Amino acid sequence: MNHLTPEMRTRAEKLVALYPEPRSALIPLCHLAQEQDGYLVDDAMIEIAEIVGVTPAEVRGTATFYDMLHTDSVGRYVVGVCTNIACLLAGGDELLAHAEASLGVRAGGTSEDGLFTLEETECLADCDIAPCVQVNHRYVRTTTPEALDSLVAELRAGERGEEIPPHGTLIRVERTVGLEASKDTIAAERATARAAAAERATVEGS
Amino acid sequence: MSAVPKIVTSRREYADSYTLERYKTTGGFDGLKKALSMTPEAVCAEVDAASLLGRGGAGFPAGRKWSMLRKSDVSYLVINGDESEPATFKDHLLVEHDPHQLVEGVIIAAFALQVTQAFIFLRGEFALGLERVQSAVNGFYAEGALGSNILGSGFSLDIVVHPGAGAYICGEETSLLESLEGKRGFPRIKPPFFPAAIGLYGEPTVVNNVETVSNLPWIVLNGGSAFAALGEGRSTGTRLFALSGKVRNPGVFEIEMVKTTFRDLIFNPSLGGGVTGSGEVKAIIPGGVSAPWFYPEQLDLPLGQDEVADAGSMLGSGSIVVMDTSTCMVKAAWRITRFFSRESCGQCTPCREGSGWLERILYRLENGQGRMEDIDLLLDLCDNIAPGLTWPPQQTTICVLGPSIPSSIHSAISRFRDEFVAHVTNGGCTHG
Repeated sequence: MNHLTPEMRTRAEKLVALYPEPRSALIPLCHLAQEQDGYLVDDAMIEIAEIVGVTPAEVRGTATFYDMLHTDSVGRYVVGVCTNIACLLAGGDELLAHAEASLGVRAGGTSEDGLFTLEETECLADCDIAPCVQVNHRYVRTTTPEALDSLVAELRAGERGEEIPPHGTLIRVERTVGLEASKDTIAAERATARAAAAERATVEGS
Repeated sequence: MSAVPKIVTSRREYADSYTLERYKTTGGFDGLKKALSMTPEAVCAEVDAASLLGRGGAGFPAGRKWSMLRKSDVSYLVINGDESEPATFKDHLLVEHDPHQLVEGVIIAAFALQVTQAFIFLRGEFALGLERVQSAVNGFYAEGALGSNILGSGFSLDIVVHPGAGAYICGEETSLLESLEGKRGFPRIKPPFFPAAIGLYGEPTVVNNVETVSNLPWIVLNGGSAFAALGEGRSTGTRLFALSGKVRNPGVFEIEMVKTTFRDLIFNPSLGGGVTGSGEVKAIIPGGVSAPWFYPEQLDLPLGQDEVADAGSMLGSGSIVVMDTSTCMVKAAWRITRFFSRESCGQCTPCREGSGWLERILYRLENGQGRMEDIDLLLDLCDNIAPGLTWPPQQTTICVLGPSIPSSIHSAISRFRDEFVAHVTNGGCTHG
């Protein structure tokens, strides 16, 4: 199964190499697949399963547990409005209702042009600028209906692309090196350190 | 209060606080260099002397957690940056504004524990935080402060930045480890109560919170006793408090433990600046939504671990939500319960079924379909999830998410039963 582009496949293999067990890369690879396709398509899950050595069902079973991994298509921009307690006290309900009206979709839906998916989210940990809104998991800090509307207009006009990449692109900073400390190096160092520690313990004890 | 140092927010005033350049010109690497010149035991001794309590929520002494692992061989250090407890946003500040301090703290902890690999698990919704921490890790490698033979010390370590994917439960440390193994975030059955025994891949593992390890560069540089000299009793040092809700200046404040009261934090003009809305406090949530609520008569309690515990709640994740007298208690309890219902992992019946049932009852009360007997039914269901409705709660489930559900409902009904009654007699909420 070759669903991931060669570039993505290379990035995926680099990620797998960072973990003692390949399966640990499952979620990072799901993020990667979402970066390529905007959401988790079936073929991507099959390829991820191959890469990390589990069944496609295990990939799906894992992915569907997590709110950020979408096995159905979503808009280019996923707008999340928080209505949890701190945002509720700041009018999160009203802001969500406004977003539903102005985007023409209920929370959980995608606008007809496929540009926006609206989500009612749980706490996004930015409670001093409430109600909290994220677009593609970037804090946009639009706490009023007016600010939200102008943000939506800007996104429709194709602006703010620098700041808010399309849905799925999560981490734009790549790791520059692989694992540097080899298992042998670490084993040797720890053996030396243990011997030194044992010696110190003997000296203290005597 | 002026003499109290900023331990974890010293770079906050700089707009470029997250850059390697700023870090280097403001004492960056100093704590790490000093730690590497010490023995691992000596670093552990400083952390013990600091009496640093874990800043994630449970408040377990970091030094004691470490000592469980010190004798073991192969092991992992995992940093819990899955900050998802509603109204908690202090780690958000640390990962975005001082990622190098975090990485430095991780290396110091890893050196003290002599672990072979460390993971920084950040909630996926921290897109910017993930980028900044990854940049910081890259910078440390480039400076020779990470990887093989760190700064010529003969100590090697790799750190991997790992993104979560959106699940509150992954803040529970055994669930976090499951997630880090590429699985659904299902908490593990206890005992063992600490992953120090059986952690990541079944190996001994220490899980520390972002804020906890961010304190380490300062503790190593200034000594554990300097840290312990701040605060009082078991609550030493400073701590980040995240204040939100109906206050004029919501935000994260670094405050000396115990020396400040809830009232100071909420009303002091340089801190919370007072209550908005009606201007009067009705209830406060003292330590995340899992905590039982406090009321105006508890405002003079100090912000200390034991002080809050003795008063029947918890300081938890250090987040404080202020509700003014215009706030509907039924709606507040409903929204918090709906959160738990959505985030329940589904393994245990009391939590999975109980949270949904509670949420539906609260919803119908709020929206005018409530019955008088619903009020006692709520308490009865809560009693099934956490028998006796004591604090700390009795456990009927694998993890503490379930037994945390009754806190807000029990608090709201105990104190504001008349509001629940009014929701039935008035056919719903009249708070507008």
